[in-house]
Amino acid sequence: MTVDARQSADPAGGMDSTPGRAVKADTTRTRTPGRIRRALATHWYAWAMVAPVVIVIGVIIGYPLGRGIYLSLTNADEANVERNIGVNHIPATYDFVGLDNFTAILKDEVFWDRLGWTVTWTVSCVAVSFALGLGLAVLLNRQIKGRAIYRSLLILPWAVPAFVSVFAWRLLFNEKNGILNKILDGGGIDAVPWLNDPTLAKFSVIAVNIWLGVPFMLVALLGGLQSIPGELYEAAEMDGASPWQRFRHITLPGLRSVSSTVILLSTIWTFNMFPVIFLLTRGGPGDSTEILVTYAYRLSFVNSPRDFAGASAWGVMILLILLAFATVYRRSLRKQGEVW
Amino acid sequence: MAATKTRSQRNRRSPLASFGLHLTLLIASAVAVFPPLWLLVTSFKPKSEAFSTDIVKDPTLTNYRYVLNDTEFLTWLGNSLFVVAITTVLGVFIAATTGYAVSRFRFPGMRPLMWLLLVTQMFPMAILIVPLYNIMSTLGWLNQPISLIVTYLTVAVPFCAWMMKGFFDTIPVEIDESGRVDGLNPFGTFWRLIVPLARPGLAVTAFYTFITAWAEVAYASAFMTGEQNLTLAAGLQTFVNQYSSNWGAMTAAAVMIAVPAALVFSWAQRHLVAGLTAGATKS
Repeated sequence: MTVDARQSADPAGGMDSTPGRAVKADTTRTRTPGRIRRALATHWYAWAMVAPVVIVIGVIIGYPLGRGIYLSLTNADEANVERNIGVNHIPATYDFVGLDNFTAILKDEVFWDRLGWTVTWTVSCVAVSFALGLGLAVLLNRQIKGRAIYRSLLILPWAVPAFVSVFAWRLLFNEKNGILNKILDGGGIDAVPWLNDPTLAKFSVIAVNIWLGVPFMLVALLGGLQSIPGELYEAAEMDGASPWQRFRHITLPGLRSVSSTVILLSTIWTFNMFPVIFLLTRGGPGDSTEILVTYAYRLSFVNSPRDFAGASAWGVMILLILLAFATVYRRSLRKQGEVW
Repeated sequence: MAATKTRSQRNRRSPLASFGLHLTLLIASAVAVFPPLWLLVTSFKPKSEAFSTDIVKDPTLTNYRYVLNDTEFLTWLGNSLFVVAITTVLGVFIAATTGYAVSRFRFPGMRPLMWLLLVTQMFPMAILIVPLYNIMSTLGWLNQPISLIVTYLTVAVPFCAWMMKGFFDTIPVEIDESGRVDGLNPFGTFWRLIVPLARPGLAVTAFYTFITAWAEVAYASAFMTGEQNLTLAAGLQTFVNQYSSNWGAMTAAAVMIAVPAALVFSWAQRHLVAGLTAGATKS
């Protein structure tokens, strides 16, 4: 019985089902007596299937997240948290301070500096790696010799663990002995302080992150290209559309749903891209390449005294910024008729 | 007739265009391959020449011998393999069930779940480390592989579940229906009919989970304190602190860490394009 009930509630595919779901929820709600039992009977398969994920995420993210938000409202630091010194147990003595940390952050010039650089970093990384990924995907989508080989080589950066590649880049960037400077030297150009000059370091970390990010874009967009029916291009060609027109009016619209997901995810990932910056420059020189995440990390692990409340407040700010971005982004997609 | 004509027209490319195409792809491939390749070359150089830019003058295996014999490399490898294997198997399984449930059933809490999967990727993990460390120590899981397995699952599963949902969306619902007509319950349908069809998606998910767990440094260094408990990625970091920046050993170890990843990658690669797109298009 239950099986049939559910079957009717699962129309072909998933995307256009929002109205259906709303109706479903309403009918469940009107039958108040035994509503929970009925819902259980109808949905227990689904709930059982998502339960492991919800439990794991709830425990591992939920608690730390709740605790992080709580800490962000206190003045906890190294000196007043609960701790053990030898056999002595020292209870926590920090106080609830409300939104003080947040007002302090908003007034802090450092925050706006870091936010500006984080936005620059995210936008340039996502935009350039998307553009490069798209360009290469279009090239690879043609009939060419050695296509499979090119594809394997181009997505290789993805196969190498990120911290290994970052390490390789550090070898290349090394000011005295790195190969980049040796090559420039051969051309009569003085050694370039790739990671030691504020502006160049910014350029370098962005370059490395783009290098790391292109394969993901390439693979996703290549797949998207392959799902565009070839007949569309042939028809357009017969109508005399130029290559640029074909790209503009067939390729780009055909890639829209792939791109929207890919851009959303890689924006979130890049915004919080801790390893690249931390392993490449440690945020330096000075704090010129420090993004919000690495700065928050520095507050709680590097600086002394370790400022747990401040770091948590920075973390909450990051979360709020990304949530706002995701909401706006999703809304603008919805206007174009795409829902997830 | 007309169709074949246009197709042949598209294939006929001027030699110049063809040259440009290959040149672009060659340059791009070179840029993609060069850094890891340089690492490989460096790993064969004797310690004193780690930074010299010559191609290896007298290739040596000293670095590899040192890493294998004089460090805990093999212990770390064992730890890594254990953690990664369990993470991958569990991660693929729960990502698949979640993806399937979200793709096929309309149930209360589905939309919040999709948001939850997205939001978990937003909170900076750098901030989560301290509270997580406290949980792990309360549970007595520090220095236990389970702490890493559970943590890596939360990192990898949200994206994988999204991807699997998109993939299941491309499998026709009629297949589920035919299974139910034959008397299978939803679990049976999922396990016997859908999972076999979803193999490309599963391969992508497996690769993603693998590489997440294989390459993770921060949690592994935070939760594993004893040197014999470290994973490869965390162990590699000790070369810089402890052995006064032994770059030669580090390159050799990095190569040995990258090789298994590359092998898994080449296995999953055949499925990569199909699997990821499905995820990206529909999710």
